[in-house]
Amino acid sequence: MERRTLFNGRLLPAVLVLPQLAITILFFILPAYKAFAESVRATDAFGLHTSFVGFANFLHLARSNLYQHAMIRTGVFCVAVTVLAMAAGLVLAVFADRAIKGRAIYRTLLIWPYAIAPAIASVIFVFLLQPQIGLITNLLGRLGIDFDYATNGGQAFLLIILIAAWKQVSYNFIFYVAGLQSVPRSVIEAATLDGARGFHRFRTMIWPLLTPTTFFLIIVNFVYAAFDTFALIFALTAGGPGTATETLVVKVYRDGVINLDLGGSAAQSVILMAIIVGLTAIQFRYTGKRAVS
Amino acid sequence: MTRKPDYLAHAILLMGVLIFIFPIWVTFAGATQSAAAINRGDISLIPRLSGLVVFVQALGLGNAAKGGVPVWHMLLVSFGMALGIAIGKIAISALSAFAIAFFRFPFRMLAFWLIFITLMLPVEVRIIPTYSVMSDFHLINTFTGLTMPLIASATATLLFRQVFLTIPDELVEAAKLDGAGPMRFFFDILLPVSGANLAALFVILFIYGWNQYLWPLLVATNGRLDTIVLGIVQMINPEALPQWNFVMAATILALIPPVLVVIAMQRWFVRGLTEADK
Repeated sequence: MERRTLFNGRLLPAVLVLPQLAITILFFILPAYKAFAESVRATDAFGLHTSFVGFANFLHLARSNLYQHAMIRTGVFCVAVTVLAMAAGLVLAVFADRAIKGRAIYRTLLIWPYAIAPAIASVIFVFLLQPQIGLITNLLGRLGIDFDYATNGGQAFLLIILIAAWKQVSYNFIFYVAGLQSVPRSVIEAATLDGARGFHRFRTMIWPLLTPTTFFLIIVNFVYAAFDTFALIFALTAGGPGTATETLVVKVYRDGVINLDLGGSAAQSVILMAIIVGLTAIQFRYTGKRAVS
Repeated sequence: MTRKPDYLAHAILLMGVLIFIFPIWVTFAGATQSAAAINRGDISLIPRLSGLVVFVQALGLGNAAKGGVPVWHMLLVSFGMALGIAIGKIAISALSAFAIAFFRFPFRMLAFWLIFITLMLPVEVRIIPTYSVMSDFHLINTFTGLTMPLIASATATLLFRQVFLTIPDELVEAAKLDGAGPMRFFFDILLPVSGANLAALFVILFIYGWNQYLWPLLVATNGRLDTIVLGIVQMINPEALPQWNFVMAATILALIPPVLVVIAMQRWFVRGLTEADK
């Protein structure tokens, strides 16, 4: 869509887009270019000599067991977080959509968690689940469950899934509430008159009308789980114990910033960019909406 | 006909509310207990009234391992960063969207696509190269370095463009007939009619800025520019036993500003969020 009525001038609009364009080129385009350039080079162990190696960094990643495992781990993590956070958001939204007392208060109380920083969410759960002093750890201990996310990889992985989902429920809630509001009241009333009840009414009449929202949220949640959970994971476990919670973004940071493998980290960045481009393309293709902020 | 209350709905919604409130309550109650009691694993769910003073004490406390910058300073940096990012993003995106929607100029579509591409390049995927650009420009440990790279955002530009495209042509014609130039039109008509969108965007961007972790971790290395989120994570990480009551008090303090912004502006924020993504 384009406007018909326009202002004249060539210099003014150029000046107006300049600030954003300058920042975009400096901090987005240039780094992305550098990532591509770095991804086809390797630096020797002493950091003295850099040479062109073609796709060697990528081939190395493709053959690396560690990278394959990180890939699978990230996939499992994304699916688990998406399913949990969306199911919880949907259930809460459906009940918050009913004509009940205190509906507005319930909504506010379910929307505010949007404001919690992912890293802060981790700090709060560390306090609850700290192996020695945590309130919930002690409770679990009394039930005979030995909970220690610092040494038990499986428990650590489960924990980052739960916290990441916990943090994302309010977002899905907001969108499902909006989605439900756009379902025509007449549809719901007609369904009631037809004698369709409860879950059946929801499944056959309302759920299909929520499909666009659901599809949009699947992509958003996937992108969130894959890319926006760095802080959450890093603050909680830094990718450990071992590599139990090392998702792809955590690995980029660990390999690049901590292990200083610049070529390998750049190659991983390029792969991640390709994944985001793919997800964004799917989203545009099917919904015309966008996911990354 | 009076209907009986919808018990099922209340039960499920209450449970949902509790799942979010409970961890925060434990954090709040924990902050008021003595460090010794917490380290014994003796955390009560009932806040100690005499311990409430911790929220004031925590403001002056710092992370000794990183130069002891106090919590109030971290809160200030977070505030500056969140405001800088929110206002900066709104300003540059509104201007560029105005240019793209209301003018025809050479390379207009190229500019649009260059901005659009940034949707696909979150900091998390370009850590090292962005850092190297930053150090080339000597922006490490500067406030500019902390905020500037997060200011460019395609989301805000796309949103503004969309809002601007819905402005009726008659309004633009009328402004032109009255002799208003483009900038006059922008400030006197366009911005005021986009008020609700500005408010929504402000909430989203303020929270985005306040909650940053990875970027401050890379850029603020000497402690002076530690944000509250970064500072708190670093307080629980050192080898020494963390002073849990102070850390939990700082956590509550870090939650208050973004939560207040969301609750105070809930109406605009929810509408803006759900419409922005369409």
